[in-house]
Amino acid sequence: MLHNLNIGELADRLGKRQISSVELTRHFLGRIERLNPALNAFITLTATQALQDAASADRRLKMGERGPLLGIPLIHKDILCTEGVRTSCGSRMLDNFVAPYDATVVARLKVAGTVMLGKSNMDEFAMGSSNETSYYGPVKNPWNTAKVPGGSSGGSAAATAARLAPFATGTDTGGSIRQPAALTGVTGLKPTYGRVSRFGLVAFASSLDQAGVFARSAADAAAVLQVMAGFDPKDSTSVDAPVPDYSAALGASLKGLKIGLLREFFDGLEARNAALIHDALKIYRSLGAETLEVSLPHLPLSVPTYYVVAPAECSSNLSRFDGVRYGYRCDHPKDLADLYTRSRGEGFGAEVKRRIMTGTYVLSAGYFDAYYLKAQKVRRLITDDFRAAFEQVDLVISPTTPTPAFDIGAKMHDPVTMYLNDIYTIGANLAGLPGVSLPCGFVDELPMGLQLVGPHFSESRLLNAAHQFQQATDWHRHAPRGYE
Amino acid sequence: MSGWEVVIGLEIHAQLATKSKIFSGSATAYGAPPNTQADLIDLAYPGVLPVLNVEAVRMAVKFGLAIGAAVAQRSVFARKNYFYPDLPKGYQISQYELPVVARGSLKVMLDDGTVKTVGITRAHLEEDAGKSLHEGLANATGIDLNRAGTPLLEIVSEPDMRSAKEAVAYMKKIHTLVRYLEICDGNMQEGSFRCDANVSVRPKGREKFGTRAEIKNLNSFRFVEKAIQYEVARQIELIESGGTVVQETRLYDSDKDETRSMRSKEEANDYRYFPDPDLLPLEITPSFIEDVRATLPELPDDKAGRFARVFALSAYDAGVLCASRELGAYFESVVAGLRAAAGAHALSGTHASHAKLAANWVMGELSSALNRDNVDIKDSRVSAPQLTGLLLRIVDETISGKIAKEVFEAMWSEGKPADAIIEANGLRQITDSGAIEAVIDAVIAANPKQLADYRAGKDKLFGFFVGQVMKATSGKANPAQLNELLKTKLDGAEHA
Repeated sequence: MLHNLNIGELADRLGKRQISSVELTRHFLGRIERLNPALNAFITLTATQALQDAASADRRLKMGERGPLLGIPLIHKDILCTEGVRTSCGSRMLDNFVAPYDATVVARLKVAGTVMLGKSNMDEFAMGSSNETSYYGPVKNPWNTAKVPGGSSGGSAAATAARLAPFATGTDTGGSIRQPAALTGVTGLKPTYGRVSRFGLVAFASSLDQAGVFARSAADAAAVLQVMAGFDPKDSTSVDAPVPDYSAALGASLKGLKIGLLREFFDGLEARNAALIHDALKIYRSLGAETLEVSLPHLPLSVPTYYVVAPAECSSNLSRFDGVRYGYRCDHPKDLADLYTRSRGEGFGAEVKRRIMTGTYVLSAGYFDAYYLKAQKVRRLITDDFRAAFEQVDLVISPTTPTPAFDIGAKMHDPVTMYLNDIYTIGANLAGLPGVSLPCGFVDELPMGLQLVGPHFSESRLLNAAHQFQQATDWHRHAPRGYE
Repeated sequence: MSGWEVVIGLEIHAQLATKSKIFSGSATAYGAPPNTQADLIDLAYPGVLPVLNVEAVRMAVKFGLAIGAAVAQRSVFARKNYFYPDLPKGYQISQYELPVVARGSLKVMLDDGTVKTVGITRAHLEEDAGKSLHEGLANATGIDLNRAGTPLLEIVSEPDMRSAKEAVAYMKKIHTLVRYLEICDGNMQEGSFRCDANVSVRPKGREKFGTRAEIKNLNSFRFVEKAIQYEVARQIELIESGGTVVQETRLYDSDKDETRSMRSKEEANDYRYFPDPDLLPLEITPSFIEDVRATLPELPDDKAGRFARVFALSAYDAGVLCASRELGAYFESVVAGLRAAAGAHALSGTHASHAKLAANWVMGELSSALNRDNVDIKDSRVSAPQLTGLLLRIVDETISGKIAKEVFEAMWSEGKPADAIIEANGLRQITDSGAIEAVIDAVIAANPKQLADYRAGKDKLFGFFVGQVMKATSGKANPAQLNELLKTKLDGAEHA
């Protein structure tokens, strides 16, 4: 079936004119219509525009143009601005907001000839680990619709797992690509901070946010990253470094590759979960890699550090949503204070307000040094830990999450437990490192992911290590029942 | 007043004269229809990011070099968080702990001719906010974001000023400097140059500063002076009547000539400054600094020193002529014109006397005409070559200095060259001794009583005779010749 083909195979068939982009787009739109109601993976569908874009991709193909993503459908996380299409960030605040411009990532993928099917559901302003904070309701996990798909990019993850599109974009501030990728059994890549432009990505925590990709294999993710990556003069934090050929790097042998097993990650990890990682290590050894233990002594501080830094930045980033220029405005404000208070009070959900309040607090006079400054120092120590580790090993490996997908509603009452979902993923964000999550087995019939994290700009190495694992295993080929 | 010492520090906001804004590509021109110079970045749309305008950095560095300050090789942009409708992001991007320009100083000449050095604590880059519009809107407030994101250089002085006049002298010096450097147009009506004044008083001899009040947004030299004078009097009166000054922000009301409390320290915002994660730290290389240094013009103090030395002017005159680059250039152009003509025609007078003549005219007639009609020197109705043309007629004795003033007024109003006016009105000086003598004879003959009194010792009557001759010649008699001939006639007859 078309929806099980990988991006390379789809591009090949499109190139040989065996299928058209319009047919491919219709196929996925049909699946979305049929399967999405049970998942709630979308906030906005753009079927009409998609068919027009597919027709235009077909014209380009007919003219003889070829491209790895030309005519391939995709889904954008609803935090990336898309010109003329609502960009809600999963929030009532932006329910009426139609972006007047394309994010750089969106523009690059558009130029490459991709066809946007719609905008995916997400935790409100990317704040959440379960997709339950969305104003548009929770996304269901296609492996078990009583379970969460993870978050914040839960819609993109669920849609990719359910084969509603060949790939989807996501953003990752503390694990928002890797954690839902793990919980839905797909491959999720968070690139190095600065590798992909943040222009048009509605900011949650600017020093941590990074756009990336959900795909069904590392090879597909490599093809997509190729288009997304690159310097953008509109983003001062994007890095002006050459973009290597990621797909070309996928053939390399892993012989001699040193993979570090993070000692800190295994404290208290459930045996069945730990066993999957040890199985993966065996496979890596069989592929010629060396495995050894490394230590990142400050990593256990990553969750509290993150929950100071990210809220601090978000409290400032979300100040622009004030009911004055766009977005939600309360009815009949009495005065300016009332306009602010009610527009923000009614427009934002509980988790967003919690983080804005936390962030405002840690930046306040008298608390700044004890919280924000201290967190920045710990962040530096964590970054130094990784740097030291990468003097010994080429990549570090860990589980992506401590447990498989949990029940919808199970953790919503307890934010701290919810925050601990990100314990394995946050370190890479604090240090700006690239990370990939790939399926590595099942626990209780739910997919689990392993995470590889590498030094800055080591995406080629990471993707190849993930690809080699996927050549030796078929965990990534499993589809949830009903979505095969 | 006596027994109290006034302590003043100024925070001057100079709008940098970049073509585009500090973090977006929008134009910065003043006076465009509301919100026509605000792009998605200025409007703080979701997802947009700031990109630093390197021209603003160049200008800040230029200022730093001009005040002898250290330019920071690494400075950091920070967010100053507060809610206001004309602040679209809900924060202002500024510099907080690490400004681009560190400590420097400026020499300021006071009215009595003494020179005072004022310390400059720092200067940092930041963006301006938009404007709230209340006029013509019933029950609503308009927001104009054209100004949002305009680059500002905030120049913070040490609390070194001891009177309102010193504060104004310092502010004027900064005003001169930024215009010399061409980093700010200095237009105070348009708000391109404005300041906040921190004012406190303390008993003379005490080292500890008094509690200060900050007077916000003063946009003219006169307001700075009056606001500070009012505030000083208020504080002294308050303390002397048993009260205490509270730390607060005050606004100056120019209509009522008073300052009013805006908000107290307790009500002050907690701005929650933190480094802006959207902008990398600003790294300035030594070669960038050297490139900027190469573009520095001759600075006002250097130019004034040169004028005093080369043209033998007093320090005061030199300072006045260097108050703006254009005035200095005008003066130099006139001197050069006189000198060139002197060389060609072997006119009388020394280089120094030409300079003195030019200085007197530029600082006198020209400056008063400019002030009277509120015209900028660059739009002067009498150009430097035209003024040179007039002064040449004084030097070659075609007209007297007195007549020259009339000619100047005619030039100013009619826009014609001096020679044309002199010819058309027959103002050419009478230098023919015989003609002057004839008039003198007639005057003496007509005033026998005055002649007798003069000869009886009333020397003052000499002036009377001069006046009569001038009257009879419509002021055109050459004064030097007249004096000489008249004296000979009056005195000579005595001995005859």
